[in-house]
Amino acid sequence: MLFEVQNVATRFSAPISFSLDAGEVLTVFGASGSGKSQMLRALADLSPHEGAVFLEGINQATLRPEQWRRKVGYVPAESGWWADLVGAHFHTRPPADWLAALSLPPELLDAPVERLSSGERQRLAVLRALTIEPRVLLLDEPTANLDDLNAQALTALVLNYVQSHQAAAVWVSHNRDERSRLGARSIEMPSGSTPLPAQGTPA
Amino acid sequence: MNLEQLSLFDLSLAALLVAALGLVQLLMGLGLLRSLAIGSVRMTVQLLLVGLVLKTLFETANLGWVSLMALIMLALAGYEVTARQKRPIKGWQGYGIGLLSMGVTAAAITLFALIIIIAPNPWYTPQYAIPLLGMILGNTMTGIGLALNHLTQTAWSARIKIEARLLLGQTAQQATAELRMEALRAGLIPTLNMLAAAGLISLPGMMTGQILAGAAPMDAVRYQILIMFLITAANGFGALLAVHLGTRRLFDERARLRLDRLTTR
Repeated sequence: MLFEVQNVATRFSAPISFSLDAGEVLTVFGASGSGKSQMLRALADLSPHEGAVFLEGINQATLRPEQWRRKVGYVPAESGWWADLVGAHFHTRPPADWLAALSLPPELLDAPVERLSSGERQRLAVLRALTIEPRVLLLDEPTANLDDLNAQALTALVLNYVQSHQAAAVWVSHNRDERSRLGARSIEMPSGSTPLPAQGTPA
Repeated sequence: MNLEQLSLFDLSLAALLVAALGLVQLLMGLGLLRSLAIGSVRMTVQLLLVGLVLKTLFETANLGWVSLMALIMLALAGYEVTARQKRPIKGWQGYGIGLLSMGVTAAAITLFALIIIIAPNPWYTPQYAIPLLGMILGNTMTGIGLALNHLTQTAWSARIKIEARLLLGQTAQQATAELRMEALRAGLIPTLNMLAAAGLISLPGMMTGQILAGAAPMDAVRYQILIMFLITAANGFGALLAVHLGTRRLFDERARLRLDRLTTR
């Protein structure tokens, strides 16, 4: 067992449990507001939560948070860019074949972040997470801003990574076609009694 | 040499200027008359009260009373630090961070100046201790308030950027390196401006006061230079401590950005 999630619940998401073997992808769907993103935040230990998460038998709470997040890589729906140039956000330069697979010209890494389109941001955010070589990838609607061709390319790249690294991925997708294309096990986010988020930024 | 005494009549003449301003405002239909009147009366009452307190304090020159006065000044300044922030840290920690960083630095620097540099006899002579502490607190209050305000406001608006860095395996310290620098800078800008403007654009208040009271200009200047150094040091160290404590409070033990610990206004 690579990744095990036991009764993980946050203020904004109901308890959920599942486990993933190496090389496995799990898609998660559910009504908007059911807390899918909040669940992913908890798995990356970015939000306070209940329950337990294990990676290769190691409890989340026993690893240093920055170590955990390098092994359990989360790509949120909205990616954050803090430096001026794209390349400054990369730990190591992504391999040329990854860039090519996603139709991203290598010069893009030297471009200012401002000039990126939303689709480029989304693809680069996934690449950025992959260069750290996580054991588990948490993806929040990674193809939302992509056209069909790019969406399929991204899907293929992620599936390829999961296979070749014997990693695993949790993929939030509300697109039924995408879920069937991934051909993976699929679970519905439990709705439960989720309180309405308070005003402002959820914790 | 002695200060020319101001009679009640002299003060009334000056007050008449403000009354004239109020009249003009009224004729022009600007609604500031009320604020002007309230502000003027409030200022007069506050200063008269402080005068009374200082008069008694100077007569007794007792360490206990001087300390009590210092503590009251500190508590009020701590409140002001929180009040000036748009999204202060919630609860007693918010007040505590401002109070602690200001208290520790202001107290240490005031004591250093009193005991080692100026060395009046006794060292807590209120004529020296109270104005010195007042000037240091007044300035550090602004600096620490600005630094904390910048820290919390920017953290709030840059959540996605900070969390993106945490997600790529950075520690809370790494993910806030620039933010902490900018917050420090924001806290120190008024002090840097003060240093640059001293003597050229503005004649500092204390120096002016001493000269008015009959001190030789060069003596007054020396005191002013001393105060400037003390204020700068207190402000810088205070802001450093406040930004450090504030950042710690922004994250929990799992290096999660906890914006829920900030007040929403």
